[in-house]
Amino acid sequence: MMEQQTSVKAMTAHELTQLLFAQEELFILDVRNTSDYEAWQIEGHRVVSMNIPYFDLLDGVEAVLEKIPVKQKVLVVCAKEGSSIFVAEMLAEAGFTDVSYLQGGMKAWSEHLEPVKVGDLRDGGAIYQFVRIGKGCLSYMIVSGGEAAVVDTLRMTDVYEAFAAKHQWTIKHTIDTHLHADHISGGKKLADRLDASYWLPEKDAEEVTYSYRKLEEGQEIQVGATKIAILPIYSPGHTIGSTSLIVDDTYFLTGDSLFVASIGRPDLAGKAEDWVGDLHNTLYNRYKELPEHLVVLPAHFGNYTELGPMGTVSARLGDLYRNNPGLTIADESEFRHIVTHHLPPQPNAYQEIRQVNMGKLKPSEEEQQEMEVGPNRCAIHDK
Amino acid sequence: MADIVVDTKGLACPMPIVKAKKAMDGMQSGQTMEVLSTDKGSLNDFTAWVKQTGNELVSHEVENGVYKFLVKKL
Repeated sequence: MMEQQTSVKAMTAHELTQLLFAQEELFILDVRNTSDYEAWQIEGHRVVSMNIPYFDLLDGVEAVLEKIPVKQKVLVVCAKEGSSIFVAEMLAEAGFTDVSYLQGGMKAWSEHLEPVKVGDLRDGGAIYQFVRIGKGCLSYMIVSGGEAAVVDTLRMTDVYEAFAAKHQWTIKHTIDTHLHADHISGGKKLADRLDASYWLPEKDAEEVTYSYRKLEEGQEIQVGATKIAILPIYSPGHTIGSTSLIVDDTYFLTGDSLFVASIGRPDLAGKAEDWVGDLHNTLYNRYKELPEHLVVLPAHFGNYTELGPMGTVSARLGDLYRNNPGLTIADESEFRHIVTHHLPPQPNAYQEIRQVNMGKLKPSEEEQQEMEVGPNRCAIHDK
Repeated sequence: MADIVVDTKGLACPMPIVKAKKAMDGMQSGQTMEVLSTDKGSLNDFTAWVKQTGNELVSHEVENGVYKFLVKKL
């Protein structure tokens, strides 16, 4: 009899993303320690997830075998990948046939970006959403006539560069809708590498140490010879400078002011009490004057239930005024109370992240990864 | 001074705890073990593992990127 192969398959972050987008069934055995698991884990429409730390399985997996479905696809996950391979091999030896481990672990998962096309622009251009599924961050590439603009660029700038290069597009602009507090921006870095313009709202840039172009309401930014207008709308509240973008009269990039299932929190850059009035004015007056047909494309999502059929996160502005719990609060004093008293915990290292985005701190690649660990928590309804 | 020193510097998960467990299995109750690790994830993992196995994490410190855990077997 031939000896049984015990080597297990690697599942890449891209393959896992596709599987979650397709809403396939998956059993995840997460072998990190329980506090890390409870703070942040992989979720999906048909994902069943169980946490058993690898150090409880050092003597073997016999005690937990009956908890794991035999006929289902099983993915073992840990922080990097070493412990998940260790446990996945034991499961394979115990007779499980469809066991894989997450390549690069939660570290790779946190950094993975999946580009998804949102739609076409009127003159043949297109807009893409880059879904950072592990952390809930969304960024955008607007392309037209061989040129591209990247909005709310994430730290993994090589992904945008490679995607543009593959299609022979030249990135001309990188735009941040505000000074981010939950993730490190790649906007300035990408612009400098490619000799593009980096845009940031002036009121969020008071302490920055580098040069930038002022993102101002009414001043259009052109992409390509075909003149796709990106129209900034000043929308303070999440930060004092927060500025939204209307692209091609159709797409409405709201940054961290408005999400599909929630609204932005006003406390990450200053005092919630000071900015809650601005936030209310932005959401209940300024945005309300805009056409209902606009497709809202936010900079974050809270969890997998906001992912649409193709993996995109978007909603019609008019629909959000009916369904979004942050847009249906009748009374301003109640709004103030909810937004200032019921906030989720702040994201990991958010003050240091702001300093990095101002150019004041220059951490190593590894330190940047550590700072960004965990969920984003930019919305008031996040847990 | 610890009764036994387990050096796992340069090793990635799960090896630091695999080695520590092996050493712990051979120890008497009341003895102490010092574990050295350069794995960043080891703090949360060690804390949880020591608690889970009913032993005592006497102290832990970081020096020049090396984590030092002092564990007492109960």
